[in-house]
Formats: sequence, C-alpha cells, structure tokens
Amino acid sequence: MTGAPVLQLRSVSKRFGAVQALTDVDLDVHPGEVLALVGDNGAGKSTLVKTIAGVHPVDEGTITWHGRPVRLTRPQDAQALGIATVYQDLALCDNLDVIANLFLGREKRRRGLLDEVAMEQRARELLNTLAIRIPDVRTPVAALSGGQRQVVAIARALVGEPALVILDEPTAALGVEQTAQVLDLVERLRERGLGVILVSHNMADVRAVADTVAVLRLGRNNGVFPVAGTTQEQIVSAITGATDNAHARRQARHTEEEDAA
Amino acid sequence: MTTPSTPADTPAAPGADPVAPGADPRLHTRAAGPAGYLDAARRRLAAGELGSLPVVVGLILIAVIFQSVTGHFLQADNLTNITRFIAGPGLIAVGVVFVLILGEIDLSLGSVAGASAALAAVLAVRQGVNEWIAVLAALAAATVMGLLHGLFFARVGVPAFVVTLAGMLTWSGLQEYVLGDLGTVNNRHGGLIATLDTTFLGDGDIAYAWALAVLAPALYLLAHLRTARRRTAAGLTARPTADTAIRTGALAVLTLATAYALNQDRGLPLPLVVLVGVVVLTDFVLRRTPYGRQIFAVGGGVEAARRAGVNVARVRISVFMLSAFLAGLGGLFYASQQGSADKQLGGGNVLMNAIAAAVIGGTSLFGGRGKTWSALLGILVIQSITTGLDMVHAAQAIQYMITGAVLLAAVVLDSLSRRTRTAGGRT
Ligand SMILES: Nc1ncnc2c1ncn2[C@@H]1O[C@H](COP(=O)(O)OP(=O)(O)OP(=O)(O)O)[C@@H](O)[C@H]1O
Ligand SMILES: [Mg+2]
Repeated sequence: MTGAPVLQLRSVSKRFGAVQALTDVDLDVHPGEVLALVGDNGAGKSTLVKTIAGVHPVDEGTITWHGRPVRLTRPQDAQALGIATVYQDLALCDNLDVIANLFLGREKRRRGLLDEVAMEQRARELLNTLAIRIPDVRTPVAALSGGQRQVVAIARALVGEPALVILDEPTAALGVEQTAQVLDLVERLRERGLGVILVSHNMADVRAVADTVAVLRLGRNNGVFPVAGTTQEQIVSAITGATDNAHARRQARHTEEEDAA
Repeated sequence: MTTPSTPADTPAAPGADPVAPGADPRLHTRAAGPAGYLDAARRRLAAGELGSLPVVVGLILIAVIFQSVTGHFLQADNLTNITRFIAGPGLIAVGVVFVLILGEIDLSLGSVAGASAALAAVLAVRQGVNEWIAVLAALAAATVMGLLHGLFFARVGVPAFVVTLAGMLTWSGLQEYVLGDLGTVNNRHGGLIATLDTTFLGDGDIAYAWALAVLAPALYLLAHLRTARRRTAAGLTARPTADTAIRTGALAVLTLATAYALNQDRGLPLPLVVLVGVVVLTDFVLRRTPYGRQIFAVGGGVEAARRAGVNVARVRISVFMLSAFLAGLGGLFYASQQGSADKQLGGGNVLMNAIAAAVIGGTSLFGGRGKTWSALLGILVIQSITTGLDMVHAAQAIQYMITGAVLLAAVVLDSLSRRTRTAGGRT
C-alpha cells in the first residue's frame, strides 16, 4: 500500500429527506490495501458504499480516482472506472441463472450475440478458483441458498477485473468454511494489488485481513487506525463513541496501570 | 414403507453423463437414453416447470373435440383460415409477451392497432399517398405512441398500467378523429393492405411450404449440433445427440404435417409467414442477444439490473416501442381481414385476446419469464376455440365465456406452477 491512493473521498455528504446519512466523510484507499469500514448499525456504511458505487450520487464533496476528480452518478460510471461492488442487499436477478447473473451488464459476446460457451467456461474457472460449489450453474439463483447467493455476488464483482473491490458485509450470511474462503479471497485481492473496502461488524475478521480500519459514527468519520498497533478496544470505543462509558473508563485505567508498570 | 425408496438426493448413478468439473455431487445428472429423458421430464413437471405442455395438450383436445362434433374442423381450408386469422392478434400478443417479461402491462395495444390501421387507411385511400409510405407512416406513428408510453412510464415514473390506460383512451380517440364522420375506410382494392391477408406465397405454389417445412428442422438440427460441438470442445456438458435428434424429429413431424395440410388448400399464407417470422426473430432477440438478457434482468429485479449497469429506462422505453410497433402491424392485418379500417377495429376483446394468448401460451403474469412462442401457441388455442364455436353456430356470448374460462385456467396454472417453483426454490 504505497504511493497515491486509488480512491479518495473528501467531505462527502449525503442526505435522504430528513436523514443526514453522511456528513463530511473523508476516505483514502490505496492499491494493495484492505480498508475495513466499521460502525454501528445505521452509521452510514452502506450509504457510503453506494455513493462510491454510483448508486446514490453524493450531494456534496469530491471523489477522486487515481488523483483525478470523477463524478459517479450511475453504477455504470463506477464500473467503467474499475470499481466492483458486492452490495449488502444482494443485487441478483432471481429469474436469471448463475451465469447470466455473473455476467449481467458485461456479457461476453461473439458477433454481437451472447457467447454462452465463453461465459460458462469463464464462470467455471472463476467459481473453481474461489472454491465455490454450486450444484447447477444453469438454475435460477432463486434456487440457491443464502450463502451460495452471497458467493455468486462476490464472484460477480470479480468478473470484470476491477481495481477496487467493495464488499458490504460479505460474510454475514456465510458458514465457517465459506467465511474463511472469503477472507482468503480478500487477501488474494490485496496480493494482486487491488484496493479493497470491507464493511464488517466482525472484529475478528477485520483484524485478520484489514490493513486499516476507518470508523464511521452517525454518518461522520470517527477515526482511521492502522490495524497493527491498535487494540480492539480502541476501535470499539470509536464505533460506539463511548469515551466516557464504563467500557472506556475500564480501558483507560487498564492502559494507565500498564504504563505505570 | 416396505420397499426401499430412493432418497430424493441420490447422487448420479455411475455410468451417467460425465459430471462437469466443479459440479456438486448432489446435482441430479440425467442418465443416458430414453429412460433418463423421461425421468428428467417427470422431474421438471413435478417442479412446476410445465413449459408448453398444457397448451399443447389443450390444442390437441380442442382439435379432437371440434373434429368429432363438426366432422370438418381439421379440413385443410379450415386450418388454413385459422392460420390467417391469428396474424393480427398474434402479432399484438408477441408485444404483450415482451411487456409481461418486463413485469409490466400495456393496455393500449388494441387502440394502437386501431389508430395505426386508421392512419394507414386514411393516408392511402383518402389522401392518395402511396400505400407503402402510408403503411410505414402508420407503423412509425404506432412506434411513437409506444415511445410516449415508455417515456411517461420510465422517465416520469407513472405506473405503466395508468399510462397505457390513458393511451388506450387517447389513441382510440385519435382513431375516431382521423376516420372522421364517415367512419369507415375500405381498403384499396388489390392494394398492399388488402393483399396482406389474401396472399399465398408463390400464388399457392406448394414448393414454399415444403421448402420451409424441411428447412426449419434442418437449421434447428445444424444449429444445435454446432452448439453441442462448441460446448464439448470447451469442456462443457452438451445436450446429448440423441436428445437433439428426438427434438428435431418432433419439429419435422410438426412442420411437415402443417405443410401438407396447407398445401391441400392454397399453400403457405403470408399472414402465417409474417407471424412465425416475427416470433422466431423476437425469440432469437430475447434468448441470444445482450438486449434480450437485459429485458429479462429488468423483469427479474429492477434494482439488480440497474446496479449491474443496465440502462433500465432505455430497456423499458424500447420494449413499449416494440409492443406498440407490433400492435400497429397487427392492426394492419386486422384491417386486411375485415376489408376496411373502422372505429371498432382494435376495440372489443382484441386487447384481452392478445393478453390471454400470451398467458395461455405460458408467459408468466409475474414478470421475468416468458417466450414469444407462447404468443403463437396461445393465439392458436383462442382462434381454434373461436373458429370451432363458429362452426357449431355458438353465440358470441358462449365464445366469450369459454375463452374467459380458458384464460382463467391458464392463469391458475401459472400461479400454481409459480407456487411449486417457489417451493422448489425457483421463481
Ligand atoms: N435509500 C434510503 N432512503 C432513506 N434513508 C436511507 C436510505 N438508505 C439509507 N438510509 C438511512 O441512512 C442511514 C444509514 O444507513 P446505512 O444503510 O448506510 O447504514 P449501515 O451503516 O450500512 O448500517 P448496517 O450496519 O445496519 O448495514 C440510516 O439511518 C438509514 O435509515
Ligand atoms: Mg449496511
């Protein structure tokens, strides 16, 4: 994670009617960096993800991509830059089969027509490298289990060779084995030099794979921490905003005693 | 239970088709041979995937019943007339299929058909415009009507139901307005519109029907063998050749029998060629092009499609334009059949028949699933019933009630099959 950030947000604000979902949010993601985005329910994580994905255009603030200011007003804009997103509310078409979903919006073509053979081949390749087992890639995704749908959604994000991958709570619905696979996958993305934004409530997952943790609280930045050298308690208190609650006071006493020792 | 039963999730028997790499051991793979074929068919039925089975069974039933009652339902001239009558409603029904796949409804199509026929007639007959130009202008006008529906629906956000209801009133108003006080415009004798319905390819030359009857299965076979070869070369599972052979055989029997029947009479009717041509073309667009995939995607999940980069508004607008265009074309066939364009054209049960045809043929009312072939099958059912009842001199009232009952049966089947599919995890 050296050099210039691939994505940079400055003073991003977003409002839904009476709800100020995001206020002056800054965020930097570097190539080869896994940035964990954490915060309580309703903190604005998914909203932030959607502004980057072009689903909800920002009201105010700037987004720069490789140092160049960009306007993301449609999902296509983000996709064209190389931003791939796995949404928390899974964005799959229930009536389409696994392959059609994987390639939706970027179908492989042969003489202008759908190239089912090439798509199925690439899909099998992709599913195999992700160690994903799906009974039949030709069944409508409505027939899949929640976890299977989740891995299809993740695989979908990787079809287009993106430069930045955003995963909004990708492991929330997954079993132990699949969670480990997704975390492995995140590490492989980092090794390939991609930027990754990982939204998660699971501190163990965050600490396992993230390089940096950015905390959102009530739609505002509440600290950015390198994972190495930050305790879980520090992150948790930034999430809860609890500088004066019992948990934080215990915490503070504890560190003082340690320092004294 | 005394006999050991097979658990539902029996892994594929050894000796079955090679399992694709990465396939799940729980996946049923079909055993080779006719037994496997039957087994797979049985499982599809149990899962609520009825496909076109009910409608094919229905057609056979209708044919048997009316043949036994009248004794001449299956005569060549009667069958030929049925294939000519279905062009107008069938073309409108193809448009309905597109709109239904999108998960919407278009109530204006009858009026669009009527307005388009009126415009063409008034331009050609009263204004003396070249008939080809008049026809093209009418089709363009119909497409613009669809564009307006699409714009109000997709850009302004008015529900399609309401937009097309407004369209239904507006365009039938336009139809009356252009027809004026006289009301009826007879087709130009021997002109383009008049001959749409009365033309037989090659003036009844039997070569046309036979050639198409042979060509269609041959092309089908060729295309499927090529696909199978490509899939095998790419290491994917391909449909077994025996399977393709059976399907080709069934198709050939159907096309040859149709050609034989038509050639007993006056040969291949132009209206049938146009309708089948449109069905084949639109089926190809839906299944093989990225655009067709986008239509299904929007019908299966608007938000998912939008996030995948599909231009939802453009897809919606284009579908409403296409359905209106096809309705305009259908209107010209209606005018051709009845000899004139009048104020009633496209009114009455024209719209309902088109929607009923699409649903009876197996296109889901719930969006996201459908085939343009269902328009052809469905309208064949409806027209066969209408013709058969005409032959036994049943009152129009009886016809309405029977068509209504058939439509209800089709919708019930759709709902039931949707329920079993949901239970089986499919929507
Ligand atoms: N489309 C929308 N319309 C109106 N309000 C919205 C919309 N999307 C989000 N919000 C509001 O914005 C705030 C932030 O929601 P968001 O979904 O971003 O939270 P989150 O951090 O992702 O929470 P969670 O951890 O539960 O997923 C919430 O108050 C929510 O109600
Ligand atoms: Mg969220």
